[in-house]
Amino acid sequence: MMIYLELFLTFFKVGLFTFGGGYAMLPMIREEVISHGWLSQSELIDFIAVSESTPGPFAVNIATFIGTRTGGLFGSLCATLGVVLPSFIVILIVARFYQKFKSSTLVTGAMTGLKPAVVGLIAAALLSLSQTVFFPSGLTTEVFTTAQLYVSLGIFAAAAVLAFKKLHPIFIILISAVAGVISGYLMAA
Amino acid sequence: MKRIPKIISLFLTFMKIGLFTFGGGYAMIPLIQRETVDNKKWISDEDILEIIAIAESTPGPIAINAATFIGYRVGGFWGAFAATIGVALPSFVIITAISFILAEFQSIRWIQYAFNGIRAGVLALIVKALWSMYRQSPKGIFSYIIMLGAFVATAFLPVNVIFVILICAAAGIAQGLIARRRNK
Repeated sequence: MMIYLELFLTFFKVGLFTFGGGYAMLPMIREEVISHGWLSQSELIDFIAVSESTPGPFAVNIATFIGTRTGGLFGSLCATLGVVLPSFIVILIVARFYQKFKSSTLVTGAMTGLKPAVVGLIAAALLSLSQTVFFPSGLTTEVFTTAQLYVSLGIFAAAAVLAFKKLHPIFIILISAVAGVISGYLMAA
Repeated sequence: MKRIPKIISLFLTFMKIGLFTFGGGYAMIPLIQRETVDNKKWISDEDILEIIAIAESTPGPIAINAATFIGYRVGGFWGAFAATIGVALPSFVIITAISFILAEFQSIRWIQYAFNGIRAGVLALIVKALWSMYRQSPKGIFSYIIMLGAFVATAFLPVNVIFVILICAAAGIAQGLIARRRNK
């Protein structure tokens, strides 16, 4: 019983305190799933890839995924409901008073603070996730001699160029996967 | 009783939107526009821009916010309900199915190698998202202080994300009020 309530409340909180959708929700989701021990950092990154390659919003996808893993079908229902419910309630209220909402100094003011905040928060999440990717066994002087680090850096650089050339994320994931498989077998050989 | 076909139509339209947009969030906006403005003519060109702006400035996933809002405008409470369930349902079904098989896949060697590559690729996607959000964010000394403050607080100090969000929203409101007083 407790796990269902915990899933619902955690994802309700995520739905209520994230603005902007997509990757803007990542910092909060990262904090929650790591602190609850639901996923490791590298599992989280793997799931971002899964979510980019499947339909639907990231927040709904990860809520469903964590819900299923920790509480089965009913768990996924609780988590998904939790992440969607704040949107539903807030929008129903806003839709009624929307002329007032549009011109409210409170809302526009809050957004001038939130937009740059999200940039800082994502940068922090990125820093933490990149430590996991590039230095999976911790940061020591030895890691700089491993081939895996340079392979990862190479794939990252190539993927970044493609991302800025506006290639669709699915293709970037696909290309990175192929590069990972080829370099994996080469390094094992 | 004319409302019932409309509510079913909302459900199906948003289910289609939920099923055919990979990556979610901003990727869904063009499809929402095409379906609700061009095809169904539920919403006018001007209104959709406003609805998207509101979906971005209210909590939660943009796609869910836009679905609830459009659903409410077209079919009242039950319209909002049908559109929201519709847009979330494909994710729910697909991810539940994947969750059961993903763990077994991860013990296969070539899949582990693939994910080693994918992780580096995902970081690049986050860098790209970070850059787009930086470009959409207001510029100026106030914004840069907020960015740096939010980054330092969550990267190096034991401060949680909700706290940073609340403080930054409050700072934005305070700055707005001060700016307005000066202009008077």
